[in-house]
Amino acid sequence: MSVLECNNVSIRYKTGDLKQIGLKDYVLKKITRNYHVTEFWADRDVSFSLEKGDMLGIVGTNGAGKSTLLKAVTGIMVPTKGTVRVEGNIAALLELGSGFDPELTVRENTYLRGALLGYTREFMDQKYDEIIGFAELEKFQDYMFKQLSSGMKSRLAFSIACLVEPDILILDEVLSVGDEAFKEKSSRRIKGILANGVTGILVSHSVQQVRDLCNKCLWLDHGNQIAFGPANTVCNAYSAFLFLDKAHKRLPKNEDELNDISNRFRLVRYIGGRERSHPEEFDYTVDFEESEPARIQRIWRIVDRLSPAERQDMLDEIDGVNKLPAEIDENDPANIKASVAIEVAQEEAEESSAPKKNENQPEG
Amino acid sequence: MLKKYEKYKFLFSELVKRDFKKKYKRTILGMIWSVLSPLLNVLVLWLIFSTLYKKDQPHFVIYLFSGTLVMSFYSECTNGCMRALTSNAGIFSKINVPKILFLFSKSVQTLINFGLTLIIYFVFCLFQHLSFKYAIVLIYPIIMMLIFNMSVGMILSALFVFFRDIEYLYSIFMLFLNYLSAIFYPVTIVPERYQKLFYINPVYVFIKFFRMIMLDTQIPGWQIWALIAFDTAFFLTIGCLMYKKYDHEFLYYL
Repeated sequence: MSVLECNNVSIRYKTGDLKQIGLKDYVLKKITRNYHVTEFWADRDVSFSLEKGDMLGIVGTNGAGKSTLLKAVTGIMVPTKGTVRVEGNIAALLELGSGFDPELTVRENTYLRGALLGYTREFMDQKYDEIIGFAELEKFQDYMFKQLSSGMKSRLAFSIACLVEPDILILDEVLSVGDEAFKEKSSRRIKGILANGVTGILVSHSVQQVRDLCNKCLWLDHGNQIAFGPANTVCNAYSAFLFLDKAHKRLPKNEDELNDISNRFRLVRYIGGRERSHPEEFDYTVDFEESEPARIQRIWRIVDRLSPAERQDMLDEIDGVNKLPAEIDENDPANIKASVAIEVAQEEAEESSAPKKNENQPEG
Repeated sequence: MLKKYEKYKFLFSELVKRDFKKKYKRTILGMIWSVLSPLLNVLVLWLIFSTLYKKDQPHFVIYLFSGTLVMSFYSECTNGCMRALTSNAGIFSKINVPKILFLFSKSVQTLINFGLTLIIYFVFCLFQHLSFKYAIVLIYPIIMMLIFNMSVGMILSALFVFFRDIEYLYSIFMLFLNYLSAIFYPVTIVPERYQKLFYINPVYVFIKFFRMIMLDTQIPGWQIWALIAFDTAFFLTIGCLMYKKYDHEFLYYL
């Protein structure tokens, strides 16, 4: 039985005339039949379901509809179409810094926010010191909220919000709060909460974070659901989409395409890693100054030229290597196959490039 | 319903506290203003109009005070509620809380203010040697006023989200209402056949109720009770209908 289920959730925003105009314009435009409301679908037919203990990552470029989808899940917005079914209570940490009152003190704001999140007064009395301690704001309790630095504000917000023991936890870009030390602390806190079998949703611009924390991933693009599946597969395809140039990037249309792109990206990552760790294996000089996107694009073109069978062979080897990590023989068949691949690539390519392979260097 | 109340009890009290604190933040006199401003209001009106109407109306100060007491509660509550949605948009667009709660808290905060003024009002009545025989009956108009003000506030807040013009229109409307509610003049200055028209104005009916209890020491007839109930129910229905229809739409406009 799933804990959270979204069925064909579509959310329509209304923009256009209604927002800017005042009463006079409204009446005039209504009379002259000039009143236009433009619609804008922030999400279209998004469907997914989560079992208990699942951790879903939502990825997508800016304006993909991630935050809007979360608003539907938390009940802040009602989907224009489709249904959201939730079992258990939700705690949502959305854009933490907002919603505080700048004129009230830290203490007052802490209680107010606690109340907004549905805690009881007893709970807050009990936890208040812990919250302030975690946020490291002991000296600032009676400061006005607006006097805090922005880092302090988000630290406070995080500390209040992460006290929750919900059934479903929603995190929207909250793990990038504060300085490095606090980030470390907060991410440990979140992992602790998740370890208790909470179902979670994480929106993040860091694909790495999604890979680390999630087992499922949803990819949205301009409101459309591109893929929903295992976190690594979707993250691979999404990273490929982010890094590649216009000519090569594409959105997977079905599961086969998704897997194909994901696999190619694994190869690219693997070869890229190998280039750096063992540059001597390559018959061209590896440029260590090369930017990440440039490298990925270059290697992608190599991988592109391999036949599907060759790619499959290489993947099998990576998997094989992954199963048996540690020492790998320079002369094992994997290397030979890889060099075949490289030769094929070099024949066709004018740009200097080629890889070899082995070692434990998976998609992560 | 009761369960919901339990759930939001803490949030509600925190919101009231916040509204209260914010109102007097950075003022030296703080809460004393809740008492002082209606007093000054009465004083000004008394200075100007007492010479004119003193002889028509015994205890003219109480007559004035009844009017300003009710009117300031109405004005403060409806104006506060009108802005409650827009000023709290940052909260309810991020956290799932019932929006109506912000209107409740604003109304209760103004009710507390009203309560403070009411005490001063009673002190004045005491000095004027008025009878408190029926004072307890005032609970009825006070409760109804709270509901009525909030209902009007609901309508205004919904409109205000869609059209910011409402703010200016309403302040003009309030000016008219002030003059039309017989606050500082006796209704007898209007020809008798038109005097009934005052009852169209719900705020006047509330004022009338207060004056009958405190000045005339008599319990108003059933018509006035019914009129208050009708006015309140009428605006409450409209307010609820608007919230039912637009509750989920507000987000798009903020």
